[in-house]
Amino acid sequence: MTNATRSERTGKQSAPQWRLVWWKFRQHRLAMAGALVTLLIYLVALFAEFLAPVSTGTFDPEYTYAPPQRLHLVDTSDGWDLGLHVYGYEQHRDPDSLEPSYTVDESRTIEIGLFVKGEEYDLFGLIPWDRHLIGPKTAGDPFYLLGADRNGRDLLSRIIHGTRVSMTIGLVGVTFSFFLGVVLGGISGYIGGRADLVIQRLVEFFMSIPSIPLWLGLAAALPQTWGPVQRYFAITVILAMIGWTDLARVVRGRFLSLRGEDFVTSAHLDGCTRPRVIFGHMLPSFTSHLIASVTLSIPAMILAETALSFLGLGLQAPVVSWGVLLQEAQNVRVLATAPWLMLPGLAVIVAVLSLNFAGDGLRDAADPYKK
Amino acid sequence: MLTFIGRRVLYMIPTLFAISVVAFAIIQAPPGDYLSTLVAKLQAEGEQVSRDELQALEARYGLDEPFHGQYWKWISGIMFRADFGQSFQWNRPVTDLIAEALPLTIVLSVTTLLVTWLIAFPIGLYSAVRQYSVADYVATTVGFLGLAIPNFMIALGLMYFMHSAFGMSVTGLFSPEYRDAPWNLGKLLDLAGHLWVPVLILGTAGTAGLIRVLRANLLDELKKPYVVAARARGMGERRLVVKYPVRVAMNPFISTVGWVLPALISGEVIVASILSLPTTGPLLLNALRSQDMYLAGSIILIVSVLTVIGTLLSDVLLAWLDPRVRLGYR
Repeated sequence: MTNATRSERTGKQSAPQWRLVWWKFRQHRLAMAGALVTLLIYLVALFAEFLAPVSTGTFDPEYTYAPPQRLHLVDTSDGWDLGLHVYGYEQHRDPDSLEPSYTVDESRTIEIGLFVKGEEYDLFGLIPWDRHLIGPKTAGDPFYLLGADRNGRDLLSRIIHGTRVSMTIGLVGVTFSFFLGVVLGGISGYIGGRADLVIQRLVEFFMSIPSIPLWLGLAAALPQTWGPVQRYFAITVILAMIGWTDLARVVRGRFLSLRGEDFVTSAHLDGCTRPRVIFGHMLPSFTSHLIASVTLSIPAMILAETALSFLGLGLQAPVVSWGVLLQEAQNVRVLATAPWLMLPGLAVIVAVLSLNFAGDGLRDAADPYKK
Repeated sequence: MLTFIGRRVLYMIPTLFAISVVAFAIIQAPPGDYLSTLVAKLQAEGEQVSRDELQALEARYGLDEPFHGQYWKWISGIMFRADFGQSFQWNRPVTDLIAEALPLTIVLSVTTLLVTWLIAFPIGLYSAVRQYSVADYVATTVGFLGLAIPNFMIALGLMYFMHSAFGMSVTGLFSPEYRDAPWNLGKLLDLAGHLWVPVLILGTAGTAGLIRVLRANLLDELKKPYVVAARARGMGERRLVVKYPVRVAMNPFISTVGWVLPALISGEVIVASILSLPTTGPLLLNALRSQDMYLAGSIILIVSVLTVIGTLLSDVLLAWLDPRVRLGYR
């Protein structure tokens, strides 16, 4: 055996588990793509103020339901001009319904720049700045890459800002349900007996009731006077209350099967205390599996929040989340005038799909007994 | 078998009790009691409420009693007199309102469940037997998409598509001329003509899930030694698959009723509100928005109880189908 292969082998044998998982995960292309997209989405959430051309509240009543503009690179109106630009709108009002319709006004060019000066904001709530990744060079010009809503607010900016709430509500909710699931599932699987029976009934109870009616009931019971932050946390707690059951089942199953393993018995015989056996020996052996389960339960939370807000009982304006944005797209008349209002739904689908792919790949990679 | 059913029914009792407590807590949750809301509403409409009426209402709902007293008044009224209280938004008994909406919800859910099975079974079977074929890849991809796209997005998309492409409206369950008509063949056909839209939308997630489960189960089963042995003895491929592995892999169809049903009822709330169907979903949503809590609580209670009963039925069916389940409970 050559030195190279030997070091390779010892490398594989002595690699910590997270590295093995990573090697396995890297082979799974779809999962890698999913993880990458997820990462990008969270980056968007982090840098929302910088990436969005305007803030969520910026509106322009002149441009209600303005359709999406096309971004052009080359201006051929007089010769060849290189530079990002969009064309302005020409507005017509229906004399009866007063509903506006728009045509592209090619005579009016609006120059678009990267890293332009725009509205001031605080990056991460700390650093005051006024640069935006993309925007009109003259602040205030109509710039609606994804169209405008009924108040003439830029949908692109609102989707970008909504990313923050929609994506974090999944994380926060999952954190709550993670603790509930691990603690209750752990007790149920490790102690067993009567505690197991009670907790299992509890899990069955939560699984057997239709979740949305219950969520709606609980969300409707929230005091109307609560501010957006209180509401946000209340909603995550409500979502987590239902979401912990799956995790509790997974944890219980693992504890049940691990309880009889040799290494657990020997830890007991060595005189380890109960918490040490649980946290030092049993939990680490399925942490990776837990992480995968958690990743898979984030999309469910995102969908739930979207549904709740869509129905008007979750988060409420001025808070912007994808579900809140979709509230505008509820009836067919609005959709017929402004089909682009469905775009936040696309964001939901992309986020949920990529989280699902990443979670699936992680689960496969985290299972050491799989071929 | 009887012991099994008996045990399951016994287990159901605490669940039902917990559901009723939760539903009642939701009724109680908004600030102020039912009576003050009602009085405020009546006065806003310019009606005078007499002291006698107030006292009668107070006695009816036990409003001066503590929580458990009020709960008992409420639940005993439901159990012994089928009296769910009064909806102040509609000014009608809750029982009447629910009696109108519930049958349609049940028809919708059961139809969706059956359609889900009908679609998922052949596709799941095919994609397991012909693993990695083109059709398998298509089914898997569609399945993934079906799980990721929220129901209401499909509803919105379909509504927009039908409107812009054909100028057709897909909302409602009945055409205007049949809405208030008594039941006859025409109305039934009209219902069938409208029902496919919500059924299709509601069925996607469940179908996608079932296809995945059936495929995975069948793949596990097809690798087992008994299948290899049967094949070695020269058994025809078709009989080989259908005779045993399919029967074992069928289990999820029955056992998942337990979670498909709650999911259906949940999805129904959103989809039905978008498509404005006259089912319990929009009724519940409306009641919650206007804080008509006796109506809202009763709908949550009934829908949850029906789900639990549906789950029980599926468990019994599963025990009848699969001796392993039945014997595990001895």
